[in-house]
Amino acid sequence: MKKMLSGNEAIARGAYEAGVSFASAYPGTPSTEVLETIAKEYPRIHAEWTPNEKVALEVAAGASYAGARSIAVMKHVGVNVAADPLMTLPYTLIRGGLVLVSADDPELFSSQNEQDNRHYARFAKIPMLEPSTSQEAKDYMIEAIGISEKFETPVMLRTTTRISHSMGIVETGDAAEQLTPSIERHPAELVMLPANARRRHPVIEERICSLRAYSNTSELNTIEMADTSIGIISSGVAYQYAKEAFPTASFLKLGMSYPLPDEIIRDFAAKVETLWIVEELDGFMEEQVKALGIDCHGKDRLPMCGELNPDIVKSAISGQDPEPLKEHPLPGRPPSMCPGCPHRSLLWALKRNKCFIAGDIGCYTLGFLPPLDAIDTTLCMGAGINHAHGMSKVFGAGKENIAAVIGDSTFFHSGITGLANLAYNRGAAVIVILDNRTTAMTGSQNHPGTGITIRGEQTTSLNLEELVKALGITWVRTIDPYDIKKTRKDIKEALAYEGPAVIISKAPCVLLKSRNVSGKRLVVDSEACTGCKVCIGIGCPAIEFKEDKAYINDMCVGCGVCADLCGPSAIGGGE
Amino acid sequence: MNVLMAGVGGQGIILASDMLSEVMMRHGYDVKKSEIHGMAQRGGSVMSHVRYGRQVASPLIPLGSCDILLSFEELETARYVEYLKEDAHVIINSYRLSPPSVISGKEGYPDITPILKERTGRIHMVDGSSIAEEMGNPRGVNIILLGTLSTLLEPDESLWLECINSMLKEKIRPINIEGFKRGREVKIQ
Repeated sequence: MKKMLSGNEAIARGAYEAGVSFASAYPGTPSTEVLETIAKEYPRIHAEWTPNEKVALEVAAGASYAGARSIAVMKHVGVNVAADPLMTLPYTLIRGGLVLVSADDPELFSSQNEQDNRHYARFAKIPMLEPSTSQEAKDYMIEAIGISEKFETPVMLRTTTRISHSMGIVETGDAAEQLTPSIERHPAELVMLPANARRRHPVIEERICSLRAYSNTSELNTIEMADTSIGIISSGVAYQYAKEAFPTASFLKLGMSYPLPDEIIRDFAAKVETLWIVEELDGFMEEQVKALGIDCHGKDRLPMCGELNPDIVKSAISGQDPEPLKEHPLPGRPPSMCPGCPHRSLLWALKRNKCFIAGDIGCYTLGFLPPLDAIDTTLCMGAGINHAHGMSKVFGAGKENIAAVIGDSTFFHSGITGLANLAYNRGAAVIVILDNRTTAMTGSQNHPGTGITIRGEQTTSLNLEELVKALGITWVRTIDPYDIKKTRKDIKEALAYEGPAVIISKAPCVLLKSRNVSGKRLVVDSEACTGCKVCIGIGCPAIEFKEDKAYINDMCVGCGVCADLCGPSAIGGGE
Repeated sequence: MNVLMAGVGGQGIILASDMLSEVMMRHGYDVKKSEIHGMAQRGGSVMSHVRYGRQVASPLIPLGSCDILLSFEELETARYVEYLKEDAHVIINSYRLSPPSVISGKEGYPDITPILKERTGRIHMVDGSSIAEEMGNPRGVNIILLGTLSTLLEPDESLWLECINSMLKEKIRPINIEGFKRGREVKIQ
């Protein structure tokens, strides 16, 4: 049957058809919909959100050790978190097929960097498959499970945003049987202490040679001979861009981008006049082709930064720069925190208390934008608490107002160890946990604090306040960020406290049904409005400034923060 | 054929482009569609590329090859002018949503007509938002605009209705079918 599927939906379908039994993930754009689709469409696969990607990969490995087929799904930077298990997993015996799906984000549509995760395949010495369409996303998932079992190795399946979030026609197939799990003890292959790991390392080196031989014969790598004046080696969506730009050129399309098929590459290179390697981000394949002693072009003309498209590929290979575009300066429309978002008032209050605010990964990162200008650092998941602690230590307690903000999901992901460190090393920074009861930025996924699983079943809910106290934090207060005056007072008190202080700013995400706002639009009494712009300063998209007066548009959900800040009490209604 | 849809997060662009893709797949074409989710959910600019034909390679439309631009917000139309073919059709929903710099009074809402006229004279304004308000379904702008778009495309109305029926929940079908028909009544050349 033919269906329009996104790359992520197709990967989920592939997992189903491949007989996968277990799937785990931490949400992260552009990877999130893989596990969401599995949870929604394929009930026979166990699906779980894990607190972070390291857990996701390790639980999937456990399922594989028990003889079941499993996948772990994450965005590119999530693989950094899972890198510790990833580097040793190939030493161990993979029983049920195990696939790590990495969704990379060239152009940084929703990420803090644009690292090229193909390097991880070479680093861990495992095979990597790169689909270039939704159909291939499904087919390659099935192929990846097969390779994993045949060679007893984890396999990486890498997409990019344009594969994960593009849709194409997919021919669906029948589902294979799931494997029956069984306990088997293989201590020499599963207990990675030095004596065992030392014996397993040569297995990896032999395996990668066998995989190279496989790559040379696999139908994943195909030559399409046409006009021989230009030969293009490419993989992933870059292949489609090159095909669009040079439909009559000869192609070596690589579905398996590690290990590279050296014999096919030599064969192809000998048949074409000029050889081009077209790849997004790093010259990963180009370096390896050059190491084979083959002359080729690539990053001498193609950019290392950002995503490619047919126009970039065309001008790079043809050597003709495109016509310069006429500049039309238009007002930008950056994403912003939603009207009524509980992060807004909390960030505003921290800022008013003259805090340096170490940020983290989540919607609140958008507090960086004017007029709030409230985020001073953002590095990676969980880093903010540690930035604040390190900074405040070098000044000494009470010298500077240093705070960190971190969302509840991010805190469970990798904030807990930082907070334990802060308590243990007698830090004094103020840590604000923005507890909005969801993983908001990626589209509201459940987590260990919500009391609900990915499939909507009731489960335990981690108690934040008790957890924070158990880590050794003595000053903990749960506050309502919509009560702006009280919030400012609490922040002042926390800053004055001579030790680590944690504020739990508790209010559900305004996109959740449980949100704590009236939903009724506020109005400005234009007679009373003095045009002081204090309300504009919180950066709410529902407040406009028209003819020297504030005006509240229909995006207002009635959180009331602007009304509380309004000196002449010109904002009312909404009750 | 290359159709670009533009607007602001929350306007229903993703569903509209899903529906166009489904219709073209059922009509027998190869179809690819690409857009960016994620940050776009938070009120940012959104665009969706839909391409269909005998065989489609790139999911992204090359510059200068867009046949139809369907825009849900006036200012957003002008961002994608370099994608337009000469004499491409541009269907614009008469609706302005001020971006932050206009909201805060730092700059005015721009006049987009001269920018578009550099590429094409086939500019069609559609009162999609007003029709949606009138129908008491302000979130139904997307289906109204699809109705207008459909008058420029090959498939019969029946195929569109078939897709609306299979893609939308029963409860919201009647209002969307009505919206689609209202959109089809808008005359453009």
